[in-house]
Amino acid sequence: MFGKVHNIFVTIALLGLTTLLLTGCGDTPPEPRLETAKAKAEQCVEPTDVMRKDHMEFILHERDETMYEGIRSSKHSFKGCINCHIPAADAQGKPVNYLTADHDLNPEHFCATCHAYVGVKLNCFDCHSDNPEGAAPADSTHANVNGNGGVAHE
Amino acid sequence: MSKSSNIDAYRRKFLLGVAGTATAVTVAPGLLLRQAGAKAPSEEISDKNRWGMLIDVDRLPNGGQGVVDACKKEHGWGDEAHSNDQQKAHWVRTVHVKEKLTEHEFDLPVMCQHCETAPCADVCPTGASFRREDGVVLVDKHICIGCRYCMMACPYKARSLVHEALFDQKAHSPRGKGTVESCTMCVHRIDVGRLPACVEASNGAIIFGDLNDKNSEISQALKARGGKQIRADLGLNTGVRYQGI
Amino acid sequence: MSSKKVIYSEVENSGIGYYGLLALFGLFLLGGVIAFFTMEHNGHYITGMNNQTVWGLPHIFAIFLIVAASGALNIGSIGTVFGKKIYQPLGRLSGLIAIALLIGGLVVLLLDLGRVDHVIQMATGHLNFKSIFAWNMILYSGFLGLVGLYLWAMMSRSRLAKKLYRSMGVSAFTWRLILTTGTGSIFGFLVARQAFDAAILAPLFIVLSFSLGLATFLIILMAAYRWTQREVGDAILNRLRYLLAVFILGVLLLEVTRHLTNLYATEHHGVEAFILGGGNLYSNLFWYGYILFGTLAPLALIFCRLLKNSRAALLLAAILTALGGFALLYVIVIGGQAYPLVLFPNAEISSTYFDGVITAYKPGMWEWLLGLAGVALVLIIITVAVKVLRFMPLSLADSVVDPHAK
Ligand code: SF4
Repeated sequence: MFGKVHNIFVTIALLGLTTLLLTGCGDTPPEPRLETAKAKAEQCVEPTDVMRKDHMEFILHERDETMYEGIRSSKHSFKGCINCHIPAADAQGKPVNYLTADHDLNPEHFCATCHAYVGVKLNCFDCHSDNPEGAAPADSTHANVNGNGGVAHE
Repeated sequence: MSKSSNIDAYRRKFLLGVAGTATAVTVAPGLLLRQAGAKAPSEEISDKNRWGMLIDVDRLPNGGQGVVDACKKEHGWGDEAHSNDQQKAHWVRTVHVKEKLTEHEFDLPVMCQHCETAPCADVCPTGASFRREDGVVLVDKHICIGCRYCMMACPYKARSLVHEALFDQKAHSPRGKGTVESCTMCVHRIDVGRLPACVEASNGAIIFGDLNDKNSEISQALKARGGKQIRADLGLNTGVRYQGI
Repeated sequence: MSSKKVIYSEVENSGIGYYGLLALFGLFLLGGVIAFFTMEHNGHYITGMNNQTVWGLPHIFAIFLIVAASGALNIGSIGTVFGKKIYQPLGRLSGLIAIALLIGGLVVLLLDLGRVDHVIQMATGHLNFKSIFAWNMILYSGFLGLVGLYLWAMMSRSRLAKKLYRSMGVSAFTWRLILTTGTGSIFGFLVARQAFDAAILAPLFIVLSFSLGLATFLIILMAAYRWTQREVGDAILNRLRYLLAVFILGVLLLEVTRHLTNLYATEHHGVEAFILGGGNLYSNLFWYGYILFGTLAPLALIFCRLLKNSRAALLLAAILTALGGFALLYVIVIGGQAYPLVLFPNAEISSTYFDGVITAYKPGMWEWLLGLAGVALVLIIITVAVKVLRFMPLSLADSVVDPHAK
């Protein structure tokens, strides 16, 4: 049997695919923009090829450890990925969100770059912040944000 | 700020998270849980501890509005733009009580009481509502289906469904549309040996600590002066106790 | 089996009537699909449901359909389990209606969830066996399977099917009793709320399932036979008529008992005064909706001598029973939530978050669309099924169903 975590991953992937099939028909995949990722590759917690293949395994493993065992020292932490990989602001000083104001995947966002390309939709950011800690910005693409955290869209 | 210095700042912050208590002590000594049994970030929780809170309502000014505000600030709930007043999230609220016969009045903050036999965890079909080994009742939003049965079961109205899509959540407190949430006893803080936000804001009116440790400040205070549970008749053996109610 | 003379056949209608009916149901179904996607996209803030009334109109529809599902199976069970020959020709239809109702109810329940996408994970082991809700999921799937087998045993010509007929009927019947107990227990286990904290809710739900199931069955039976120009005789209808009366009285008995026992326990006085005391939506629904129109009126229609053998009276009685049951569920489930939680007995409590006050719930458009789509789905399943398989006896005339009729 597959492990629990594995199953969840497969489920998420299948879900993502289905959603994409339902909603994304006709969209051509955008070119992946990997500059941000490449710039950080050296500093990452694991070698690039390992990360490419297994990052979700790491995150999900860390997730269960933190959620159920209260361990908050793992180097494979979701928060860590975001804090390191997502800049606090783009060249214009605007925050880089996972979705654009039109609810499309934002190719500038590290996670969205690849996931848009491979067509696997993420639902991490339904609950998790897509921005580095403390950068909950005064003028993200999400209007109405007052820096309070968990503020609604539009 | 230039881009590279931004990156450095984030790397620093990231390392800080990893480095654990030792680093944290030097950064914020005042905010630490200075007590035997405080947990290191790398440590696994266990049922040796049972975290609890003792709230002295007489010492909380303004019915405890200050701790409510602190919680709001820490977790970012309550400002949902589309939800109406009945739909907005409330992790904690102050309740005014007036006894009919005696006309005695008091105010108290009401939140998740972190029951030992939590009705929410019993009824939850998926197991998303669960009680951590150290007694903290949480919702695993990764598996919560948003059925709200736990909200039906909770005697304290401590739980909220998020009624709309959220953005820019606090990194330490993920919250999202369609899932149920409630007071987490600030697990992200107590797991690294810090005090919950409300305790910090309470000027000593709330004692946080280990109910299993008979020498802890909270156990001593409870032993000396007692502490009431709301709806003790339900036999839930809550982790949150009150004095002055 | 007894019904040698009974010939089953597919429905032959295929004109505007038949497809018009399907199109109408389809329209309602479409409304539900739109409601689902709108709610899924925006979140529940667009509905009238909130953190005070967490279960709203969709849940009333869902509970109604699920409870009626187990009740609809009774008609078949009376024939199979209790050997009453006159009911046996109705067995297939009863099984079909039961399955359709259950699917409709479950779909409504499912589509109201906050995170439907997370449900799949339950199949990968995220099930809490302490939860009566999780047990219900298992009970529901088991019900679908068992009734399916029961239908097969009734409809297949194989010798194995004949041999298993009775045991299948018995297991489906037993299962349905457990299932309704489970549904009732969903509320009975909520000790925190004054309105639900009563063991009697489980038997109440069982008897309620008898009456709602039969009422629904009657409405569908009479409509189906009229629209297909098939004959139903008085013998069978009058049996069902008096059975309905017995069930209505049964529900009334348990409901009265429930309120009386509640009035005996001091801690329930508040909520009883609220529901029975008048002057609000829930007591109106209770007294007028459930008692007057949902109980006394159908009883009068059934027992009035002048209306003996009147089909219109029977149909109206069945419709009123169903609506009355709906009202009763609304009072129990939503009225029970409108009444505030008692944090401190013998005290007045207040807060900025609706503590100590009776809260208002007004179902919005999306909830109605979702609930009605569940009903539409039930009817579509039945309408299609009777056309492709032999569920309906060609005739239910007295001479066919009742060997003793002249
Ligand atoms: S809403 Fe979520 S946490 Fe609550 S009972 Fe349902 S699945 Fe469990």
